[in-house]
Amino acid sequence: MRRRIVWATVAGALTTFFLMFVRFFLPRSILEPSSVFKIGPPADYAIGVDTKWQQQYRIWVTRTSDRLFVIYARCTHLGCTPDWKASENKFKCPCHGSGYDSEGINFEGPAPRPMDRAKIELDAEGQIVVNTATLFEWPKGEKSHFDDPGAFITV
Amino acid sequence: MDKDPKETKQLTTGEEGNEKSLVERVKEGTSALKERAIDEAKDYKDPQETQLWKSIFRVSHDRSDPRNRSLAILSNVFLHLHPAKINRDAVRYPFTWGMGGITFYLFIVLTFTGVLLMFYYHPTKVDAFRDILYLEHDVPFGKLLRNMHRWAAHLMVITTWLHMFRVVLTGSYKRPREFNWCVGVVLLVLTLLLSFTGYLLPDDQLGFWAVTVGTNMARATPMLGHEGPFGAQLGLTAYNDVRFGLLGGSIVDSNALLRSYIWHCIGIPLVASIFMAVHFWRIRKDGGISGPAPIMLESEMKALKKKQ
Repeated sequence: MRRRIVWATVAGALTTFFLMFVRFFLPRSILEPSSVFKIGPPADYAIGVDTKWQQQYRIWVTRTSDRLFVIYARCTHLGCTPDWKASENKFKCPCHGSGYDSEGINFEGPAPRPMDRAKIELDAEGQIVVNTATLFEWPKGEKSHFDDPGAFITV
Repeated sequence: MDKDPKETKQLTTGEEGNEKSLVERVKEGTSALKERAIDEAKDYKDPQETQLWKSIFRVSHDRSDPRNRSLAILSNVFLHLHPAKINRDAVRYPFTWGMGGITFYLFIVLTFTGVLLMFYYHPTKVDAFRDILYLEHDVPFGKLLRNMHRWAAHLMVITTWLHMFRVVLTGSYKRPREFNWCVGVVLLVLTLLLSFTGYLLPDDQLGFWAVTVGTNMARATPMLGHEGPFGAQLGLTAYNDVRFGLLGGSIVDSNALLRSYIWHCIGIPLVASIFMAVHFWRIRKDGGISGPAPIMLESEMKALKKKQ
């Protein structure tokens, strides 16, 4: 009996240490750039793809005849940043060759779905506020969330 | 020569000595010295018979006796990695390819060159790539060291696979070696992890995107990744799943570089060394290298023919 208690204590302590070890690798707070930022009024953007925020925020702003939305610049295959090829009117991923049209819809390569879109809304000053922590997806063979409120603004 | 020591003492110190000539006194002195040298030579021991030697080597290395030769190997920490006697047929290169040994040798090379590289490398976003350029272009022998580390790393991955391939071909994974096969599989995974964590350290475009791609796969790990099976049901997000734990954040940034560095230089080599110790020990305990059917050497066949 006494031996069992000792061993149970040792095993319990080791288990606790292991769980502490695992938890240690998941920090509570991280110093990463904020996922919410402003990108000016919709009037700043002409019809087509605007790449001016790619370097800073990893997004592209696309404006169509009636909508403006923000594409999160991450390939849906394995997460590289595609390049905007203006001459070919498409996004092309340098890692494994996925291709997307100007609205981020995949049409070639291994990408399983269109590129995600970030949540956007207009603030009181009329500026576009982007939140890349909330993404709208169109998973393969499932319902598209690109028409959900917050996925675009009407212009 | 046959003088009493007492008398000699008197000669050098007493008043009587003054009566003798200088030549005689020098003669007496040298003969006394010679006597002392002979006395001390009688006490001289063979270095192999001294306590110091015996405390280190324990056994006398008498080469005429094969059992004694075995003992010399068995009682030496460096030599006892190999058994004192092995099956001649089992160690033929066409059979073993020597791949396991080469893999271990490359691990030693990588440890040595890796430690030297650590003297110039800082695992920070500002310094990492700059240090690589510094090593390549300015540090004496830096380019040589980096290339040795790089090529030995590539080779180690290849030789590990070839070793595994050989073990499959010769059926050496079968009973009683099943456990050692499993230890070997763990070592293969650790080798690949060493290779992967080292990839990010130069902090160049190649490594950065390779690790981006690699850790994005971790998103889809069942039960552990937020995009994998049961991930959403378990409440996993990009901020608490296995990828977050590996990178120390949600993006490949300075935390990821530091973590990669520590796993690469300390964590994984330490664990791999323990597994290697078990792996080598088990080879011996499982009956040595698995051997092919015994073959006859050409010299033996000739001897047989002569008899007939």
